[in-house]
Amino acid sequence: MGATSTNKYKSDGTAAGGLLEWVDARFPFLSLWNDHLARYYAPKNFNFWYYFGSLAMLVLGLQIITGIFLTMHYKPDAALNASGIPAAFASVEYIMRDVPWGWLIRYMHSTGASFFFIVIYLHMFRGMLYGSYRKPRELIWIFGMLIYLCLMAEALLGYLLPWGQLSYWGAQVIVNMFTAIPLIGTDLALWLRGDYVVSDATLNRFFALHVVAIPLALVGLVAAHIMALHEVGSNNPDGIEIKKKKGPDGVPLDGIPFHPYYSVKDIVGIVVFLMVFAFVIFFMPEAGGYFLEFNNFYPADPLVTPSHIAPLWYFSPYYSILRANTVNFFWIDAKLWGVIFMGLGTVIFAFLPWLDRSPVKSIRYRGPLFKGALAIFVVCFITLGVLGTLPATPGLTLIAQVCSILYFAFFLLMPIYTSLDKCKAEPERVTG
Amino acid sequence: MICDDKVDCGRRRLLVATATLGGVAGVATAIPFVSTFAPSERAKSAGAPVEADISKLAPGQMMTVEWRGKPVWIIHRTPEMLDTLAKLTDKMADPKSGRPMQPGYAKNEHRSIKPEYLVAIGICTHLGCSPSEKFKTGAESGVTDDWQGGFFCPCHGSFFDLAGRVYKSMPAPDNLEIPPHVYLSDAKILIGEDTKGA
Amino acid sequence: MKKLLIALLFAPLLAFAAGADIRLDKAPDRSRDFPALQNGAKVFVNYCLNCHSASYYRYNRLTDIGLTEQQIKDNLLFTADKVGEPMTIALRRADAKAWFGVAPPDLTLIARARTSGAGSGADWLYTYLRSYHRDDSRPTGWNNPVFPNVGMPHVLWELQGEQVMGADHKLVLAKPGLMTPADYDAMVADLVGFLTYIGEPTANFRKQLGVVVLIFLFILFIVSYALKREYWKDIH
Repeated sequence: MGATSTNKYKSDGTAAGGLLEWVDARFPFLSLWNDHLARYYAPKNFNFWYYFGSLAMLVLGLQIITGIFLTMHYKPDAALNASGIPAAFASVEYIMRDVPWGWLIRYMHSTGASFFFIVIYLHMFRGMLYGSYRKPRELIWIFGMLIYLCLMAEALLGYLLPWGQLSYWGAQVIVNMFTAIPLIGTDLALWLRGDYVVSDATLNRFFALHVVAIPLALVGLVAAHIMALHEVGSNNPDGIEIKKKKGPDGVPLDGIPFHPYYSVKDIVGIVVFLMVFAFVIFFMPEAGGYFLEFNNFYPADPLVTPSHIAPLWYFSPYYSILRANTVNFFWIDAKLWGVIFMGLGTVIFAFLPWLDRSPVKSIRYRGPLFKGALAIFVVCFITLGVLGTLPATPGLTLIAQVCSILYFAFFLLMPIYTSLDKCKAEPERVTG
Repeated sequence: MICDDKVDCGRRRLLVATATLGGVAGVATAIPFVSTFAPSERAKSAGAPVEADISKLAPGQMMTVEWRGKPVWIIHRTPEMLDTLAKLTDKMADPKSGRPMQPGYAKNEHRSIKPEYLVAIGICTHLGCSPSEKFKTGAESGVTDDWQGGFFCPCHGSFFDLAGRVYKSMPAPDNLEIPPHVYLSDAKILIGEDTKGA
Repeated sequence: MKKLLIALLFAPLLAFAAGADIRLDKAPDRSRDFPALQNGAKVFVNYCLNCHSASYYRYNRLTDIGLTEQQIKDNLLFTADKVGEPMTIALRRADAKAWFGVAPPDLTLIARARTSGAGSGADWLYTYLRSYHRDDSRPTGWNNPVFPNVGMPHVLWELQGEQVMGADHKLVLAKPGLMTPADYDAMVADLVGFLTYIGEPTANFRKQLGVVVLIFLFILFIVSYALKREYWKDIH
C-alpha cells in the first residue's frame, strides 16, 4: 500500500486535471483511489458468491437513504390521535398515502431490511464455503460478525417503529428475554423499556438508536471491514493466497485490478439484484407476510396479544433455538438456557477462525467430513428457520431440539473433524 | 463518436450506453425522493380554500380566518374609512398597487373586489410578523396626530393603511398580499381560489 | 401475575382474533372494475361509515376510481366538510366501546390485516359478510362462523335476509331479503373490492410502474453484461 501513496496526481493541462492536482496535493485522493480500486488486486477467479459483498454495501446505502427520507415524515409517538390510532402507526400510513411517493420509499426500506439479511447470510455462507475467515483474515471476519450483530439490533429496533401489533408484542417478548438474567434481569428489562410495559418511552429510545446510534456504528464497522480486507487482500474460491505468486512488477500473477474489472462485474450483479428487489417491491411488497407481516396492519394494542407471534424470518432460526430449550439443567432454568443458547448461536460464528484446523481453506479441497458437516449445518439452519415461523408443537419442538444440538455440534466439534479430514492438495495457482 | 487505434470503439460505446442508462436510472430513482419534500395530501387538504361567512361582519369591524396557516383579514370598511385611502396616496410606497401583491381583480384603489370588503393576508411583507389593527384615528390612536387608521407591525414598526398599502420609508417593502378569493354569494367568500367550486 | 390476569380477562377477545379454521370463499377481483368499486364505496359510506372509520383514506382519493370531486361532494361526503379530509366518524371510541363491548375497528387496513394462510383479507371479508346467521343466544341476535361471537350485528340483513345455521353446519337462507343471493354476493364483492382498494390505494399504480421498472432494468442488464464481457475478454 505504502508504495503507491507517495504518487501524486499530475495535471494533464485541462481544467479538470488542474483541479484534481490541486485536490490531490491536499487530500490523498489518488492514493485512496489506487489502494482501494485501481491498484487493489483481486483474485481473477471470483464466482457467484462474491457478489454479495458489494451488494451488502449497496443495501446499506439504500437503507440509510430511504431511512433518512422516512425519518422526515415518521413520528415516534404512541399517543392516540383523534381517531383512536397511535400516532406512530398513523404516521406510517401517512407516509404510505399522503406523502408523495412515500409508499415507494417505505416499501424500499421494509423490503431492503429483508434483502439485507438475505445478502448478509449469503455473504457469510461464502466465507464458510471458502474459508475466508482463516488466517490472515480473522479480523475481517470479526468485524463482519460485529456488523451482523449490529444489523440484528438495527432490525429489532426498527421493527418496533411501525407500532403495529407484532411490533409491539415482538418488542415485549424481546425485552422480556432480559428478565431471564439472574438477579438484575427484571430491573434491566425495566430500564431498557423505561416503563412497566413497552410504551412511548421505549418507542422513542428505539427510534433514536435505530436512526442514529446503530447506523453510525454500522458505517464505522463497514469501513473497518473494508480496510482490513484491503490490507490483507481478498480470499478466493480456491482459498490460496495470490500474493504468494507475484510477477516481476510486484503484481500478483492471479490478481486483476478491482477497477475496472470487478467494478463492471459488480454492476451486473447490482442490476440483477435490483431486478429481484424491484420485483418484490412492486409486485409482492408483503412477500406473503414474510417481509411485512399481516398482523402488523393492526395498530399496537397493549391489551390483546395476537394469537401467533412469529419473528421476522431472519431471526427465526434463533427464535427456534430459544424455544427449543425446555429443560432445566443444573441450577439454571430453561428460560435462561434458551436466551444463553440463542445468544451463543449468533456469537459462535466469531470463533470459526480458531475452531477450524483444516490445512486447506476452500470447500474445493476439503474432505468429506467438513463437506458433510457443513451440509448438515445448512439443513439445520434452514429447518430451524422454518420452524421458527410455525407454532410450536411437541413434535416440532423435538425437531428443533435435534437441529439446535447439531447446530452447535458443527462449531464445537469442528477442531476434531477438520483435523481428521482427508483434504486434497491445494493448487499453486487459482483455477478457473 | 471519435475513435482511433488507441481507443477501443466497442468498449467506449458500451461504456457510454451503460453510463447513460445508469444515469437515467439514478435520476428516475431520485425523483420520488425529491418529491417527498412537496406538500403531502394532508398539507394540501389543510391548505384547501376556506369559506368565510361575512353576513355578521358589521361596518368598521374586521374578522380573521385561517388559510394555509396564515391569518386572512376581512375588513368591512365604512365609507369614511374608504375616504381615507385617496388622502393617503402621497404617503404610500406603492399607492397604485403596481407591484404584483394582489390578483388582477384587486388591483384598484381600494385593493378589493367589493370596495367595502378588504381581504388581505395579515402577514407583514418585511419578515413575516402579523401587524395589529390601529383603526382609531388621530391622537387617540397613539400613533400620530393625523393617523387615518390602518395597521402597525409591532416587530419592526411598519405602517399600513386601511387597504393594506405600506407607508413610504418603512422596513416592509410591499403592500400586504391579497389572497385569491371569490364571492360565492353576498354573504360568503371563498378564500384561496378564484373560481367557484373545483 | 397481573399479566396472567389480563390474559385471562381478554381470552375471549383472543379467541376472536384467532378466528375459526374455516374454508374461505374466493373474493372476486374488482381491483380494476371502477363501477364496481364506486358501488362498493357507496355501500361502505351508507352502511359501514356510521360506526367504522377509514381514517387514513381521504375522500378526494375516490377520484382514483373514476369519481369527480363534485360527485364525491354530492353523493358521498357525509362525515366531513371538505373532500380533502379523511373518512373519519363522529362516534367516540369510548362510547362505542360501552355500547358494543369493543370499539368498531378502523377499516382502512382491514383487508391487509385479515390476510392469513387461509386466504387473502378480501376472501376473509367476502366470506364473513355472507356468513351471518340468526343466533338467539347472542345479545345482537346474530352470529358468524367466520368470526365466532362477533360483536357487530348483521348490518346488511335487510338486503341479504336471514340465514340460519343448518344441522350439517351449512347456512340456509330462512327468510329472503330485498336482494337475490346472487345480487347480494355481487354487492358484497363490490364492498370487499372497495375495502381491498383502500387498504392500498396505490396498488394498481405500483404494479404498472413495476412493469416499466423491470423492463428498464432488463435493458440495463443487457448493456451492463455486454460491458462486463467486453472488459473481461482480456482476462484468461
